[in-house]
Amino acid sequence: MERTIYRTIKATPASWGVAILLAAIIGAAGLAVLTIEHYGHIITGMNNQIVWGLPHVFAIFLIVAASGVLNVASISSVFGKKAYKPMARFSALLSITVLLGGLAILVLDLGRPDRLIVAMTKYNFTSIFAWNMILYNGFFAIVGAYLVVQMTQGLSPRVHKAAGIAAFTWRLILTTGTGSIFGWLVARPGYDAAIMGPLFIAMSFAFGLALFILVTLALFRLDGRIFGDKLMLRLGNLLGVFVAVVLYFTIVQHLTALYAEEHAGIERFILLDGGAYTTLFWLVQVVLGALVPMALVFLRPSRASTILASFLVILGGLAQIYVIVIGGQAYPLQIFPGYEVLEGFNEGVVNSYSPTIYELALGLGGVALALLAAGLGAKILRVLPTNLSDANYPD
Amino acid sequence: MTNRAEMTRRDILKSGAAVATLTLAPGVTLMTFGGSEANAARADAGKRWGLLIDANKCAADCSACVTACKTENGWGNDGGEHSGPETESAWIRKVTLRDKHTGRQVSAPVMCQHCESPPCVDVCPTGASMQRVDGIVLVDKHICIGCRYCMMACPFKARSFVHSDVPEQSVNAPRGKGVVESCTLCVHRVDRGRIPACVEACEASGNSAILFGDLKDPESPISRALKQYSSIALRADLELNPGVRYQNL
Ligand code: SF4
Ligand code: SF4
Repeated sequence: MERTIYRTIKATPASWGVAILLAAIIGAAGLAVLTIEHYGHIITGMNNQIVWGLPHVFAIFLIVAASGVLNVASISSVFGKKAYKPMARFSALLSITVLLGGLAILVLDLGRPDRLIVAMTKYNFTSIFAWNMILYNGFFAIVGAYLVVQMTQGLSPRVHKAAGIAAFTWRLILTTGTGSIFGWLVARPGYDAAIMGPLFIAMSFAFGLALFILVTLALFRLDGRIFGDKLMLRLGNLLGVFVAVVLYFTIVQHLTALYAEEHAGIERFILLDGGAYTTLFWLVQVVLGALVPMALVFLRPSRASTILASFLVILGGLAQIYVIVIGGQAYPLQIFPGYEVLEGFNEGVVNSYSPTIYELALGLGGVALALLAAGLGAKILRVLPTNLSDANYPD
Repeated sequence: MTNRAEMTRRDILKSGAAVATLTLAPGVTLMTFGGSEANAARADAGKRWGLLIDANKCAADCSACVTACKTENGWGNDGGEHSGPETESAWIRKVTLRDKHTGRQVSAPVMCQHCESPPCVDVCPTGASMQRVDGIVLVDKHICIGCRYCMMACPFKARSFVHSDVPEQSVNAPRGKGVVESCTLCVHRVDRGRIPACVEACEASGNSAILFGDLKDPESPISRALKQYSSIALRADLELNPGVRYQNL
């Protein structure tokens, strides 16, 4: 096995094209933010019933995926799998930029983004949200350090391993923290499940790997580097396993909820008669986002099936988070058990939500920011190996 | 017999601290209304303010409390071309309910329940959601970043996010686009020994369905009523011990 050589990517017309496209999407998001700032959230589809909307779906997806992106690096450093080693640097870099994209959405959606400094200086330590801010900042620092360690010549493997373990541990805590944002909402029957922590970790593994596969492949394509078939199949197979774990936890989540009397209503809503949410759950999250990708990578393993499966996992992941975040708010709060509400605005009825172009632009802007930053990183830093051809790995 | 508001008023004035705040120059403190630390400093730890709402006395077609709150605190008229009931603030709302089994109908106002263990305060990342020592839960409008996590956490939909510019402010309650707000229990009145606007209006409408007072004072009318008659807390299963209680619901 030859030594891995890392090179920055070249500026080709094609990569310029992609960069300009991404910058345009970010620009559109910027405009959307300024417009929302000017008129207020009234121009979005969010309201006093659905207080977290599409931007939060994108943001949470990216935050969850970010820690999953780091898995490739963890598999190589913590679990010692050599085949993953050449991808470890980029895995660390991409996880940082994906988290950045997610957080940018969250911050720009605030009612007062100008008060970010308040959020950074005033902490309420009983708030899981405040803890999350610390976790995010810590993630940047620890994974950043991990990247530096990887790129520094002549450090002992023990340092590598220690940095890898620190990053891996931190990412597990971070995803649990993200899941707990929902676990803390005791009043909402859709959220207060202990399973949220592990479910979010499983989701991060799957979404992160799918994202990593697609972004790495795209950069390799743009730069004319070789990404071996065998490695692709391996990643595809791993993706299939992760997706199966997500599916397993999803089943556990709903089965345990079905047993709890107070959750019967929301379960019925999501699984049976929630209209768009039920469709999103069964068709997009379960079938397109889990069953089809698993069938693709396990039954028909190929380059193309891995790529298609990765796209579908991302699509299914967005649907899953949409169902959790928006579906959980659409289902009415049970304030007066035993009573039927005759009058009272939006009381005891399913709340409707139709996102506007502003929310979509903001969400996509965060994704574009994550991708553009990753591309720029690969342009400046030597994080991508010159090739990932199968010849490198006898096995 | 003195009416209930009158009794409550005397009950407040018994406290020397409350009278002292009356002498403060209004011009100096106006800016601090709506939940700043300066305001919180006036709270009396010896008290816990609460409401007792009698659903039997609340008339289905009356909304005097809601109207009074709007006028007092200047919400409900944010307008704008995109505005609708989904985005308009609602510090207090009226609901009419029917018992699923007996068919009995009742009406009652719902506002911030001023929970003793308020989930909104627990989750707020900046501490903008806060609880005064006298139990009143407020949003400090100066440090709220508008993340709406508190709205996700509140079991009673008591909070509103201001979705657009606020054209007509009331000096009693500064409001601002992009921050969250909710019932303040008319803290600006309470700190001056007065009763909340909704309670006063309900009294004036002749229904007298809302009783305001100090839950810590065993002799206050509200404490005596709570001791004597059965009442409930909304979502009692969550054990938030709200300061707002309901009778005949
Ligand atoms: S009713 Fe809602 S807003 Fe009021 S204290 Fe309780 S949780 Fe907070
Ligand atoms: S919206 Fe304001 S008050 Fe509510 S949790 Fe966020 S910062 Fe706190």
